[in-house]
Amino acid sequence: MKRWLAAAILGLSLAGVAHAAIDTYQFANDADRERFHQLTKELRCPKCQNQDIADSNAPIAADLRREIFRMLGEGKDNQQIVDFMVDRYGDFVRYKPALNSRTWLLWFGPAGLLLGGLVVIAVIVRRRRSQRAEGVTELSEAERQRLAQLLDKDQTHD
Amino acid sequence: MKRWIMVLPLALFLLVAVFLYRGLYLNPSELPSAMIGKPFPEFALPAVQGGKTLTRADLLGKPALVNVWGTWCISCRVEHPVLNKLAEQGVLIYGINYKDDNAAALKWLGEFHNPYQLNVRDEQGTLGLNLGVYGAPETFLIDGKGVIRHKFVGVIDETVWREQLAGLYQGLVDEARP
Repeated sequence: MKRWLAAAILGLSLAGVAHAAIDTYQFANDADRERFHQLTKELRCPKCQNQDIADSNAPIAADLRREIFRMLGEGKDNQQIVDFMVDRYGDFVRYKPALNSRTWLLWFGPAGLLLGGLVVIAVIVRRRRSQRAEGVTELSEAERQRLAQLLDKDQTHD
Repeated sequence: MKRWIMVLPLALFLLVAVFLYRGLYLNPSELPSAMIGKPFPEFALPAVQGGKTLTRADLLGKPALVNVWGTWCISCRVEHPVLNKLAEQGVLIYGINYKDDNAAALKWLGEFHNPYQLNVRDEQGTLGLNLGVYGAPETFLIDGKGVIRHKFVGVIDETVWREQLAGLYQGLVDEARP
């Protein structure tokens, strides 16, 4: 039993590692390592489109990781590295798209839809409320006479 | 209720339907290239044949196709006869042998005929990276001044050439004529 449990735990712990592509890079410091992980998670593999380049085993992803490592070594900041990628592969490679004239709908569209929905709900609620309020008011004199007439007519037909 | 509110759901549905319908026919592997309108990147790499160092200046002068290929790329094999035919018709084609073994590349060119005016040996894929290449075959259309004017991802077959690229290439040739 104990052995099975140990095997299961070992298996599970390996599963966490197995999906990450394996490279051996020696970083100058922990901050660089951290930035490398962050950048490779943020950039998308152009070939295997639903993976970030940290995750992908495609040759192009390996090349891009190598480039990022090289640029980190040269002391480039994150913005420079992301710009380098975008210059070559377009906005597509960013999992966090920049805010510009082509992407504003992407950024604000959902909030806009939510806001629109709230406005519609508010309008409907308000209209219902005012209708209900009208419902309580008394009938006017003319209306009362008409009601009486209608009721009379009904009775005479019986 | 006002009438326009009654029509609104239908209008929204139609709008969404149009986008989804369009989405059915989009090819997700075709990325819009960020390189269009930019100058072809600088490089200094050996030629596949002979090993003489080639630079960007060697590609200038006339509009041309720059074809990224490799012997490991199966679809390049499909594309190759089409390139041969185009070269025969007088289309100027430069090659970038991308992440390949040079001996294999030489063998390939010997066996299947060589449609390339020049062939750049990009073993590390550095030029490919600067071009935003993410696979092969990919083909760039450059003008005489070395500006990238168009990019095509995938195999160029007769239909693709006729319907998409021939016109663009001819346009560049006409443009270059004084």
